[in-house]
Parts: sequence; C-alpha cells; structure tokens
Amino acid sequence: MEKNPSLAPAKPVPRKLRKGKKFKNRNNLAGYIFISPWLVGFLMFTIIPMLWSLYLSFTKYDILSSPRWVGLMNYETMFKYDYLFPQSLKVTFQYAFTAVPLRLLFALILALLLSQKRRGVGLYRTLFYVPSVFGGSIAVAVMWRQLFGVNGALNSILMALGVIEEGIGWLTGPNTAIWTLVALAVWQFGSPMLIFLAGLKQISFSLYEAAMIDGASSWQKLIYITLPMLSPIIFFNFLVQMINGFMMFTQALIITNGGPFNRTLMYVLYIYRKGFTDYSMGYASALAWIMLVIIGILTAIIFKTSSYWVFYETGEGK
Amino acid sequence: MRLTTKTRKNIGSVVYHLFVIALALFVFYPVMWLIASSFKSHSEIFTEAHSLIPSELRWENYVTGWKGFGRTTFATFFKNSFIITFASTFGQVASSALVAYGFARVNFTGKRFLFACMIMTMLIPGQVLMIPQYLLFNALGWVNSWRPLIVPSFFGVPFFIFLIMQFIRGIPYELDESAKIDGCGVYRIFFYIILPNIVPALITSTIFAFYWKWEDFLGPLLYLQSAELYPVSLALRLFSDPAAITDWGAMFAMSVASLIPVFILFVLFQKYLVEGISTTGLKG
Repeated sequence: MEKNPSLAPAKPVPRKLRKGKKFKNRNNLAGYIFISPWLVGFLMFTIIPMLWSLYLSFTKYDILSSPRWVGLMNYETMFKYDYLFPQSLKVTFQYAFTAVPLRLLFALILALLLSQKRRGVGLYRTLFYVPSVFGGSIAVAVMWRQLFGVNGALNSILMALGVIEEGIGWLTGPNTAIWTLVALAVWQFGSPMLIFLAGLKQISFSLYEAAMIDGASSWQKLIYITLPMLSPIIFFNFLVQMINGFMMFTQALIITNGGPFNRTLMYVLYIYRKGFTDYSMGYASALAWIMLVIIGILTAIIFKTSSYWVFYETGEGK
Repeated sequence: MRLTTKTRKNIGSVVYHLFVIALALFVFYPVMWLIASSFKSHSEIFTEAHSLIPSELRWENYVTGWKGFGRTTFATFFKNSFIITFASTFGQVASSALVAYGFARVNFTGKRFLFACMIMTMLIPGQVLMIPQYLLFNALGWVNSWRPLIVPSFFGVPFFIFLIMQFIRGIPYELDESAKIDGCGVYRIFFYIILPNIVPALITSTIFAFYWKWEDFLGPLLYLQSAELYPVSLALRLFSDPAAITDWGAMFAMSVASLIPVFILFVLFQKYLVEGISTTGLKG
C-alpha cells in the first residue's frame, strides 16, 4: 500500500493485498488513534482511580497525612459497629425497590394510553415528558421541598379540601420523608415512557389481529401479547433505572438532607458525608467498593433471572 | 345500530381525552405552581400556598434574585454555567464521535476486548469513583477550578460513543469502500463521509450532554469552593443557606430562570431527544 493514499492514482486495490500485514498494522495505528481519547480516559479516570480506591479502602486516610495501612479494619467497622452503614443500605434498597417499579408502572400505563391512535397523542406525549426534562435539576429539588413543606402546596390543598386540619410535616415525619423522594422519582416517568412507546410501536399488528379473530378481550391482549413482547424493554429499563436508583444523591441532599433520623440517608449521601465532611477517605472508599459489589451482584441477578420473565421473539428466552 | 356504535365511540373518545388531560394537569401542577410562586409576594407564598394564580404579577422576585449573594450576581452564575456546559459538551461530543468511528469502522487488534470494557464502564456509576477522582484532581491542584468539570469530558463518554456507533452502523459500507477506491484513508473517510452523515446523532448527544452538565450538581459541589466560580445549579442551593433567612420568592424566581435554557432546548430539539431516548433505550 502507498504511504500517502490520497495522492495515489485511483486504482482498485487487490483483495489479497488489502488483507496484507502492512495494511493491518496501519489499521491498528488508525484504530488506536481514534479510540485513544476513550482509552486514555478509561485508564486515567476509571481504572487507576478504581485501583487507588481499592487500596485506600484498606487504609486510614484524611488527605492531610499520608494513607496508613489498617488491613480490613474499615470493612470490620462497617459490618460490626457502624449502625449508619446498614441504615443507609436499608434506606437505599427501600427507595430503589419502591421508586423504580412504581415509576416503570406509571410509565407503562401512560405509554399504553398514549400509544392509541387518537388525536392529540403527540402533544400529550410531549407534555408528559416535560417534567423529566427538568428532572435532575436543583430547581426541581428545591421546588419539591417547598411543595411538601409544612406550609407547602400539598398541605394547603389538603386543608382546603378539609382532609386535614393542620399541616403535616411530610419531610420531617420519619415515615413520610422517603415517600416524598419516591414521589419525585415517579413524577419523572418521561424517559421510560418514551422507551415503552418506541417498544410498543415495534409489536407487529398481525399479532393483535390474530387475537381479535380469536375473540380476545383488550385485557387478554395486554397480558398475552403486549406485556410479553415488551418484556425485554421492561427488563432493560429495570436494570438501568435500578442502578440509577441506587446512585440517588442530589435530591436526598437538597430535599431531606438524609433526615429525619437518617431515614433518607441514601448510600451515596453517606459516602459523601464520610469522605467530604469527616474526611475519612479510606472508609468512604470501602463504602464505595461495597456499593460496586452490590451493583455487580444485582446486575448479575437481573441478567440471570431475566430468562424466566423476558420473552425474546426467537424463543430462546424460554 | 350503526349510530349507537358511533356514539359509543365518541363517548369513549371524550372519556379518554378527559382522563388524559386530568392526568396531565396533575403531572403539570408542580411546574405551574413553581412558576406561579415565583411571582408571589413573600406572605402570599405561604398563605395561598396551593394557588396557581398570583394576586398580581410581581417581577421583584426576579430582580432581587438576580442580585445573587454578596458581590456575585446571577449574571456570573449563568455565565459560569454556560462556559462549563459549552466546553464540556463540545469535548464530550467531539471525542465520542472519534471513538465511535474507531470502534464502528476500523479493524484493529484488541477491539472486541476494549469494546467490552467500554460497555462495562457504562454500568459503573460515576458516584462510586468520586473519592479517588477527587483525590486525583486534588493532587493535580485542580480543585476550586473548572478543570475537573471540563477536562474529563474530552475523553469520550461511553453512552454517546454507543449512541453514535449505532448511527454509524446504519451508514452503508459501500460509501466507505468507494471513498477508499478514490484513495481516501480512514481519516479522510471519517471527516468527509462519516461526519456529515452522523449529524443527527451528534445533535442528540449534544442535547443530552448539555442537559446533564447544566443540571450537574455533584461535580460543582465537590470541586468548587469560591462562589464566583459556581454554576447556577450550585448557586440555587445558596438560597437555603441556614445562616440567612431564605427569600423564597427569589429562590423560586431563579429556579424558573435556571430551567429556561433547558426548556428552550427541549422545544427546539425535542424530536432528536425523543429519538435518542427511543433508540438507545437509556435515561434522559
């Protein structure tokens, strides 16, 4: 092959030559040049930090003095003495396992409603997506806090309707606080809704026709056609949203700040506090690694069990 | 008989629309309430908490809110947000496009393994790495500057790489081949053949990158200490500073202001956004 192909006369290259060693080498170089941004970043911002944090998790480190090796002490403290560790795990699981299914359910119901061929569904689709556009912003978190505050809009509505006589401290009540966070997550059902809508479009109409001929009711069509056909998408969403749910941080910090009585102390918030308030970088690294392991296990479980409830059209799923 | 089925259909349609509109109002209430509250006086915010119609349109909240804190106004915060977001978005999209082309079209040794690595990193949440990354940037002396928020953006984002790759795969190979016959190398093929054909994917990536950077709170919270460097997201939090009396009206006003760029982008590019979410199946 020519050194400078752009200047070479335009003549077809024989196949044999193209697969030659020199060609492969040049392709190797080009390939690595193109992926080099990611490769360098992957090493610098993912692999090295991960290994570094694994090492730190066996040390005591407060940034000011150098890390001191303590062996398994951080992990021992975590599992034996630190009551906030199980508490934050419990809270995070509670949050993820309520917020994610509810959000997906809501998204699914709306997708089913909006997948009907009716006038205005396009507009509705846009409208229902708007809250998710604002989703993660601080403005929304701040707004949510006021909405559920003692003098907030929710209490104001309930009092106007005569349901309650005095404002309820939704954010300060040990049993209600976490539900305000769940409600916020459910409110942002826009993205899964759009994904479900795209999935519903993929389902072949002939399946419904066949069902209609067999005299199936709408409910039967939903249970026996729509849901099984949609299950790979539901599964994928469940996985992604679950990991997102576990990583919840900003809203917990702004809306409830972990309170009351650590009832909304999300795991990431706890890592943040350990690392950047107490400056226990070693302990915080250990906490982060536990989270990584949990996410890994969870992902594996979801993948392994998926064959039981995910239907692939080719039939290999069952 | 025909009439009854028709009326029945009409009734069904009315019920459907009423139900969906009621649901939409319910879902929209918080947003409308936020906007209404930004025009209310301090006392009205609490006495008429749920009402969506302020007694009069007061712009004072916007004026006092814009003044910001100390000597830093929201003009600074918005400027900071725009600089950080633009620089980072450009970096994310440009680097991701290069990497996507490398993975999608160039054959090189170790590609399969590295691609698997990249997909794996999509599943590792950034929060898990916040401690060591902070220590890294701290060691580099980058804390309290925008560098930790901008520089890593130039190293590709797996999600966008994946999204752009899907798009490149849709471009017929014949185009590459004919360019090759005309004497184009892989680099020229990228710039002249691939790049013009993946513009929609680049736009989708740009919108997402913009949103996520604009909303990013954890990054600025970790790395920025002086208020004059704060983006809007972090500045909004200053309103609830426990040391001062919170000016709710001003806080609502600036919250609304912070959502305006997001909303404008949504209106202009919602087609790309919807397509991006639908084709990649990831969160927005």
